[in-house]
Amino acid sequence: MASCSGDSRLIQFFNCRLVRDHRLVEEDLWVRNGKIINPEPIFFDERCKAHTLINCEGAIIAPGYIDLQINGKLQGVQKVARGLVKSGVTSFCPTLVTSPNDTYHTILPRIPMHTDRGAGVLGVHVEGPFINPQKKGAHPEHCIQSIDNGLETLCETYGSLERIKIITLAPEQVKELAVISELVEAGIVVSLGHSMASLSDGERAVQHGASLITHLFNAMLPFHHRDPGLVGLLASDAIPADRTVYFGIIADGVHTHPAALRIAYRTHCQGLILVTDAISALGLEDGIHHIGQLPLEVKQGKAFVAGSDTLCGSIAPMDECCSQVFAIEAASLHPARCLRIEAEKGTLDFGSDADFIFLNDELEVLATWIGGVCVHAK
Amino acid sequence: MYPIHLAEVFDYFLSMLNNFIRFLGNDTGGNMRLIILDTSQSVGKWAAKYVVKRINDFQPGPNKYFVLGLPTGSTPLGMYRELIEFHKQGKVSFQFVKTFNMDEYVGLPRDHAESYHYFMWHNFFKHIDIEPKNVHILDGNAADLVAECNQFEQQIKEAGGVELFIGGIGPDGHIAFNEPGSSLVSRTRVKTLAQDTLEANARFFDNDMSKVPKQALTVGVGTVMDSNEVMILITGAHKAFALYKAIEEGVNHMWTVSAFQQHANTLMICDEDATLELRVKTVKYFKSLMDVHSKLIEQQKTT
Repeated sequence: MASCSGDSRLIQFFNCRLVRDHRLVEEDLWVRNGKIINPEPIFFDERCKAHTLINCEGAIIAPGYIDLQINGKLQGVQKVARGLVKSGVTSFCPTLVTSPNDTYHTILPRIPMHTDRGAGVLGVHVEGPFINPQKKGAHPEHCIQSIDNGLETLCETYGSLERIKIITLAPEQVKELAVISELVEAGIVVSLGHSMASLSDGERAVQHGASLITHLFNAMLPFHHRDPGLVGLLASDAIPADRTVYFGIIADGVHTHPAALRIAYRTHCQGLILVTDAISALGLEDGIHHIGQLPLEVKQGKAFVAGSDTLCGSIAPMDECCSQVFAIEAASLHPARCLRIEAEKGTLDFGSDADFIFLNDELEVLATWIGGVCVHAK
Repeated sequence: MYPIHLAEVFDYFLSMLNNFIRFLGNDTGGNMRLIILDTSQSVGKWAAKYVVKRINDFQPGPNKYFVLGLPTGSTPLGMYRELIEFHKQGKVSFQFVKTFNMDEYVGLPRDHAESYHYFMWHNFFKHIDIEPKNVHILDGNAADLVAECNQFEQQIKEAGGVELFIGGIGPDGHIAFNEPGSSLVSRTRVKTLAQDTLEANARFFDNDMSKVPKQALTVGVGTVMDSNEVMILITGAHKAFALYKAIEEGVNHMWTVSAFQQHANTLMICDEDATLELRVKTVKYFKSLMDVHSKLIEQQKTT
């Protein structure tokens, strides 16, 4: 029988509704040593009661949100990480847009992998530079490249692949698609985006291991009934049976029309991942700010490339994009599955990391807990 | 079978009369009380109120634990729900309560949906403030089952004996897993389950007989008889015949619940449906005592 004493506090959250088994259940949540645990063996084997009881006053407890695309001053990752917890994001991929090789070489190794009381860093999302210049959006054209020599080119460009978790590329910029399988084998998620690819280009990339689409609808060919383009991957029959193609979608009502969002949802809801593509401008005032290589201008809640009409990432915090249990899963479980980390993140299952948020019935974030520690409370 | 000799005829009628006389007399000490309520929900609620009153009147403390014997099953489920409600309303605490469950299957993983550990944890213990070390449920996966049973008896003794043992009744009149033919002085032991029980349980195990546990650990009839008070919950028409056999016929090891006719303090709570096989006279008699019996739970006001 294990001892009940020691410094591993057992915390019991009661009077709450948990997001479990794809629905809300009235159950208590038990946390110890930064993990969500099964209370049954604690009761019968360890014969322990909770050290701390926390009354959630009827709140919904959901897994913390996981954002796969957050831009910002890479020097300020710690600050961004602390700010994110207010929106309920407990893990994220700091995103680096198309940049010169030097930038990758200097900045990538300096990105902190651990944050202090902030959202956890899952790895960097390098969005570019292997994108199609015709779909560059707010990315600087002079830094765009193509992958001519597989992994060699990648290492030349990025320096090291060590801290990279997601690469967004345009498959038509890749000479030999086999490099995609090599990246996947190295544990990197390959995402398709900023591309003019046809559906068959996209299907070939998926067959080689690509599993994510970066901000669906934006920076790609629009859906066409004779060539659906990358959007067509949502209903393609050429996807290997055991795989799911995930797609990030910015649901702020600005980047994507709600009807387009509904079409994507109805076609392939299990692949839907909510992203904010938020920039460090999260909560910024109107005016000129800087992101990556380009100055941006915030006008009436929208961010544009300064002096143009090109939209530049959403500044809507994650909690405004969500609306129901599915929405919660689209922002937590689905990204976790996409990154293959659902054993530790994205759920309230026993054994997973104690990263979770308290929500009220309007899905507003009341509190954020990371690793069993409260890092934000309203 | 009807007796055919005159002497036997007299004996037969005399025993019937004796059984009936046992129901007469006052309701304090040395009497079996039958509480007849309208529905099975009322049974659960009444039983919960009684438990709460008994615990509170006992005034348990760190040196004086209230020892409770507990059953599993659909009838007690209603009682547990009500007890949890009372606990949440602050009307009862289980901090100084010790519990001993009646039985558990042999060989079933503890977290299996049909195990009695699972039942008790999800339906009762996880919602209340009982100390985990005060909970005793027989371990059907113990290396030495006989030692486990003996240890259970020892633990009851060390706790000072059971103050109130709550149980249900099977359609064949069994209490816990003391199936027909069990000794009325039996103690906690390993029992091989009757075919009827296996068939009744099959529906909880995907109707696959190979998955149904064949043995169980159970308290004996004698174990329950040792307690200060016994409360049996009986609901539903399918239990009616068993109730009749338990209280209107003699003490018989084929209907083990009948043993409690010889316990000084037996309380039986049943619903209308469960009385369907009793004599109208018996039912009317006990219903007329409801005023008196209501006082048993008087201090608990309904909310």
